[in-house]
Amino acid sequence: MKRRAFLLGALGTGGALIVGWSFLPPRSRMGDRDTLPPMDGAVSLNGWLRVERDGALVVVMPRSEMGQGVYTGLAMLAAEELDVPLARVRLEQAPIDAIFGNVATLVMSLPFHPDDAKSTEARAAAWFVAKVGRELDLQITGGSSSLRDAWLPMRRAGAAARAMLLEAAARIWRVPAGECSVVEGEVRHAGGKRLQLGELVGALREVPLPSEVTLKDPKRFRLIGTPAARLDVPDKVTGRARFGIDVRLPGMLYAALRPCPTLGGTLLSFDGDAALALPGVVRVSALAAAAGCAPAVAVVANSWWRAAQALAAVRADWDPGPYAGFDSAHLLAEMNAALQNGGGFTYYKRGRGEAALLDAVQVYGADYSAPYLAHATMEPMNCTAQFAHGRLRIWAPTQVPSILRDVAARAAGIDAAHVEVNVTLLGGGFGRRLETDFVPQAVWLARDVSPAPVQVIWTREQDMTHDFYRPAAVARLRAGLDGKRMPFSWVTRSVSDAVVPQYVSRAYPALAMDMPDRTTVEGLFDQSYEFAHRQCTHLTWKSPAPVGFWRSVGHSHNAFFTESFIDELAHNAKADPYDFRRLLLARHARHRTLLEYAALKAGWGRAPNGRAQGVALHESFGTIVAQVAEVSVARGAIRVHRVVCAVDCGTVVNPELVAQQMEGAVVFGLSAALYGEITFKEGRVEQRNFPQYPVLGMAEAPVVETYLLPNGGTPGGIGEVGTPPVAPAVANAVYRLTGQRLRSLPLRLES
Amino acid sequence: MQFRINGKSVQVDADPAMPLLWVLRDLLDLTGTKFGCGIGACGACTVLADNRAVRSCVTMARDAAGRDIRTIEGLAGDTLHALQQAWIDRQVPQCGYCQSGMLMAAAGLLAQTANPSDAQIDAAMTNICRCGTYQRVREAIKLAARSARRSP
Repeated sequence: MKRRAFLLGALGTGGALIVGWSFLPPRSRMGDRDTLPPMDGAVSLNGWLRVERDGALVVVMPRSEMGQGVYTGLAMLAAEELDVPLARVRLEQAPIDAIFGNVATLVMSLPFHPDDAKSTEARAAAWFVAKVGRELDLQITGGSSSLRDAWLPMRRAGAAARAMLLEAAARIWRVPAGECSVVEGEVRHAGGKRLQLGELVGALREVPLPSEVTLKDPKRFRLIGTPAARLDVPDKVTGRARFGIDVRLPGMLYAALRPCPTLGGTLLSFDGDAALALPGVVRVSALAAAAGCAPAVAVVANSWWRAAQALAAVRADWDPGPYAGFDSAHLLAEMNAALQNGGGFTYYKRGRGEAALLDAVQVYGADYSAPYLAHATMEPMNCTAQFAHGRLRIWAPTQVPSILRDVAARAAGIDAAHVEVNVTLLGGGFGRRLETDFVPQAVWLARDVSPAPVQVIWTREQDMTHDFYRPAAVARLRAGLDGKRMPFSWVTRSVSDAVVPQYVSRAYPALAMDMPDRTTVEGLFDQSYEFAHRQCTHLTWKSPAPVGFWRSVGHSHNAFFTESFIDELAHNAKADPYDFRRLLLARHARHRTLLEYAALKAGWGRAPNGRAQGVALHESFGTIVAQVAEVSVARGAIRVHRVVCAVDCGTVVNPELVAQQMEGAVVFGLSAALYGEITFKEGRVEQRNFPQYPVLGMAEAPVVETYLLPNGGTPGGIGEVGTPPVAPAVANAVYRLTGQRLRSLPLRLES
Repeated sequence: MQFRINGKSVQVDADPAMPLLWVLRDLLDLTGTKFGCGIGACGACTVLADNRAVRSCVTMARDAAGRDIRTIEGLAGDTLHALQQAWIDRQVPQCGYCQSGMLMAAAGLLAQTANPSDAQIDAAMTNICRCGTYQRVREAIKLAARSARRSP
């Protein structure tokens, strides 16, 4: 904590102190016995692991389970190194500590092309950012980074713990540790003696943490790579699983809100007297805007339904504010106009960049667009807080417990040390729960009704109209072609708002500033097709619409632009889209092989009658995915029957989790590709609930097949990577089937 | 008001217009049934009323009283329901939030149709899942239907 404060201070003053710090070795992420709170009858082995008297292995969990299987995936890493069965693992929320900060997601935010990852510049930047990241306690579950980030620290913690188990048993038996081994969660001696983990608790207290650890050779993995059952499933089929909305505390009250209906509006006055007279109502409060949330009036009552009913009796007068005329159709027209002009930030340039277009026999160009999108997690936003004796306790489904703690402390006007954050299961995240807008509301209401705990629950309508949307984006892609219509230059210019600066200004207003944002161009500049000349420029177009991280972020629309355009170039060259892509990947064997694998499994070129296939290949979050979609069109509607996914994510930790994430990401991406569109009119979001913002249902869901090409090394991301390629794969199939090139999302056929 | 929930009679001081969902969640602490949309569109709040799937967010307390209500907490008997076991075998849930409603909708389907076709599954299972578990839900329903036939 001190080191963090020092570092941030040094960064803030742009200081020379940084120089001294940079000569220190990177901070270890092992932690020590003091990292975890002491527990009677149990012994901490390091910052990540504890052994209980009953023989359970407690794995400390710094990441949030939102369906992606991270509880199971991370536990597998520790269990593997320890040779403890997964069934003996018990999970416990990690305290907020720098060892759990997410370093990988910071490193992955650097704007380097994967081809340049081994360059001196990229490696130096990655080293520096990783070192900074180790000082920050940024516990973020996002960016498909959890396994990538924990791959070494969690296994090192497991391996160190294993060495301690052996040493503890050896001391009890007075034999060399080298004669002992851990098998199925018990320590065994070559002579036949055995000790259960729980029997080692006392001896483990005397064993020092090892100074060096040796990781297992991946060839000896017994658990990693297997389809181990998820740890969270049994509770999720019996109703026992507890999400944020399920928190129940003695004397707890419930709050329903009415937020300001227009962006940027303010509350002029309100009258809650009539509501206060209704049964069960405890309090009517006005809530200010903070951390991105709109100002609101709130009713607190003894059930949420009563609070929601009473809200109708509250009179509130709003000043609609400066954006009451905001209209997203008008905004898109402005953004399209901005495509014609200069300006913007060039994130990437190779060869002669845009200038090389002058050498082309033909310049092929096309404009694309994508709308705002809501997250629509199944669990509406909610937060529970209790303020008593100067201490604030929060229960929240959140992807960012440490940021949430800071936001809550700021809202309460107390030191972050007096805030306790309890992370529940998340009923979906998809980036929405990286935000903390619902936190100040709960904190202020908890203060109003202190010491009673209060649970704030948003309605679906509030969730949909007060989201942080995937930015709307427009792009112009151009390629310079040679005499054979093969592209040798790639030039993109895109216009959209930027998520990262907005996010920072909400979470840490003191750090608000304009800054380049890699997410605006990811998916446009970082793909592996081989062109001698490349230039990718982006113009940030600010608008009143709040934007946020949405599953796969910039890739979610930029993959549609890139992979549709590649397909157009193939057809322009009268080439098969699959063969054409292979030609552009001559020096990228990993990508080419994966594409070939997808084509093989899909039976490329052999679509059933009445259907067409479309292909897309996309790399994101350290993983490459190739998809072939099989599509038909009937009565003007696009129907997706089958999606074959080939995945290269390096080491596969759990193939079943990968398959689940592909199935989910395809459905998520298809909902957006076929239906998803948020529009603003008169400063308000027009879509209010699922009937106006439809998502894919059972009857429309395709069969998704997942095929893995494991490649060893650090695991790539999995949670988001299946989403980017599905929209272009479908659009490319629609073109084959109908001759219509759909360049705007959602995909709408001309009748 | 008098309710019959998961085989037991319970007396609750509820407004007759209060949706069953909030009776279950806020008055009886049966939190397995979820709030998703409030308009009966997403199915997260599905429970059984007299063995038929209903959406509890749009079912008023007065209409639920006197009917035999079954929630996810009461789906298992001494052992898991065939659907719950199939859900585990096929590793259906991801975030899990919609799964109580999915299971209850599936239970309603199997109560009416022991061996549902794909078209019958499509017609009955209109619940929304943002994690995209549909394919596994379909497989698990078929698996449960098969296992229920084997051990009636």
